[in-house]
Amino acid sequence: MSFDIPDDRQYLESHEWAHETDGIVRVGISDFAQDELGDVVFVELPDEGDSVTQNEEFGVVESIKAVSDLYAPVSGDVVAVNEDLFSAPELVNEDPFGEGWMLEIEPDGDLEDLLSAEEYEDQIA
Amino acid sequence: MPLQTPPLRGIHDERGAKFTEFGGWDMPVEFDSIRTEHAAVREDAGIFDVSHMGQIHVTGPDATALMQRLTTNDVSELAVGDSQYAAITDENGIIIDDTVIYRLPNEEDGSPVETGDSNTVTEHDGDDREGEPTYLFVPNAGTDEATHQRWIDYRNEWDLEATVDNRTDEYAMFAVQGPNAAELVGDVTDDPVTDLSRFEAMDAAIDGVDCWVARTGYTGEDGFELIVPESEAESIWSQFDCQPCGLGARDTLRIEAGLILAGQDFDHESDPRTPYEAGIGFTVDLETEFVGRDALERAREDGLEEQLVGFQLIDRGVPRHGYDITNMESRVIGTVTSGTMSPTLEQAIGFGYVPVEYAEPGTTLQVVVRGQSKKARVEPTPFIETQ
Repeated sequence: MSFDIPDDRQYLESHEWAHETDGIVRVGISDFAQDELGDVVFVELPDEGDSVTQNEEFGVVESIKAVSDLYAPVSGDVVAVNEDLFSAPELVNEDPFGEGWMLEIEPDGDLEDLLSAEEYEDQIA
Repeated sequence: MPLQTPPLRGIHDERGAKFTEFGGWDMPVEFDSIRTEHAAVREDAGIFDVSHMGQIHVTGPDATALMQRLTTNDVSELAVGDSQYAAITDENGIIIDDTVIYRLPNEEDGSPVETGDSNTVTEHDGDDREGEPTYLFVPNAGTDEATHQRWIDYRNEWDLEATVDNRTDEYAMFAVQGPNAAELVGDVTDDPVTDLSRFEAMDAAIDGVDCWVARTGYTGEDGFELIVPESEAESIWSQFDCQPCGLGARDTLRIEAGLILAGQDFDHESDPRTPYEAGIGFTVDLETEFVGRDALERAREDGLEEQLVGFQLIDRGVPRHGYDITNMESRVIGTVTSGTMSPTLEQAIGFGYVPVEYAEPGTTLQVVVRGQSKKARVEPTPFIETQ
């Protein structure tokens, strides 16, 4: 089975992606991760204004069959939360790199220690 | 210990199934998505490979006596072609397993799965008095060997004349479930399977293969279970053009239908429960003699201290097996045994054991979801209306 791995963003080993635009980093989970989880039914996210720390938990995604922690790809302040996911968590399955995004973070520094699309592809191969 | 594999492991793999270990078996958990599979069973039909379920065959002059003494229900009620849900309890009345018992045509008529006359509808007219009574019962995954040994040990201790064969490896078992299951099963055989009532069974030829076809199942929907020779599993499976379903959908369907799951809603070792506590007291017939009977009579007289309840989460979250249940003062009063997001209701629902004073529908409780107390309300089960 092949999965989408857009090369315009970076990844964590724990399957989150980070996409930086104009100094804001949008975060979500990968196509592989949503497929592994199955039907996503619940997402727990921090509030706007909260701080997150790179490689530490910032929330939880639950599918019908499993619970999975979410890890921050960068440290910084949460400037936006995708509240659509509270009423439509299935967006994570349907469009993990688009409508299924989770957070926007104003990072403390540069994006470091993340995997390229190619490196992430090797990891899930 | 290596995992046992169902006969169609390769077919399921080619179809793109994901697998999980269950009861020592490597079983498909999901083919497409749990939501898709669940909806197919509620609205149309789905087929499950349940070959991990045990198949134990009991026959001989004392077969009825042996079954009667090792299961909680009244086996003597069963005419040929009937089936019955029962519990298997220990001396203390604790559930070891739950099972469905099928009364097969008597042994001298031929074992139906192997050689049965597939053109004959089983009549409940007393034919079963001829020959030796024969039963097939279906213990849960991974318990067939211990159950087989239990039957042998008690047969020997009681000096009963009965043959007990563990035929789990000889057969595959499929469940076709859903409102359109009858049409699908009826279409693949010339035998009058659609005339069967709930919990009735018969021999039927499917694709020229003698199968044991029972109107039983575990989703709350109408449905059939087919016990078929292992060597013919693929040809029988391929007769059914409907959604293949895995254990994930089984779990969500069962919870909605208020049906308990072995190893989760009761576990002989980690969460010992009587049939009364587990809500399956209807399987206990105290008029019969069976292992655990006296303890269960005492339990009934003493009354319940705890019982399994269904609940719905009012706050956002998903209850999972093992989470604490507390009262509104945050005192732990129980544990979640099963929980999920119901695909039909789109509500988080579950089961758990609580003291009887908290068991009344409408009672407000809390479930501790990853350290946070979430409000829940006790609900009557089943959670949804099925057939």
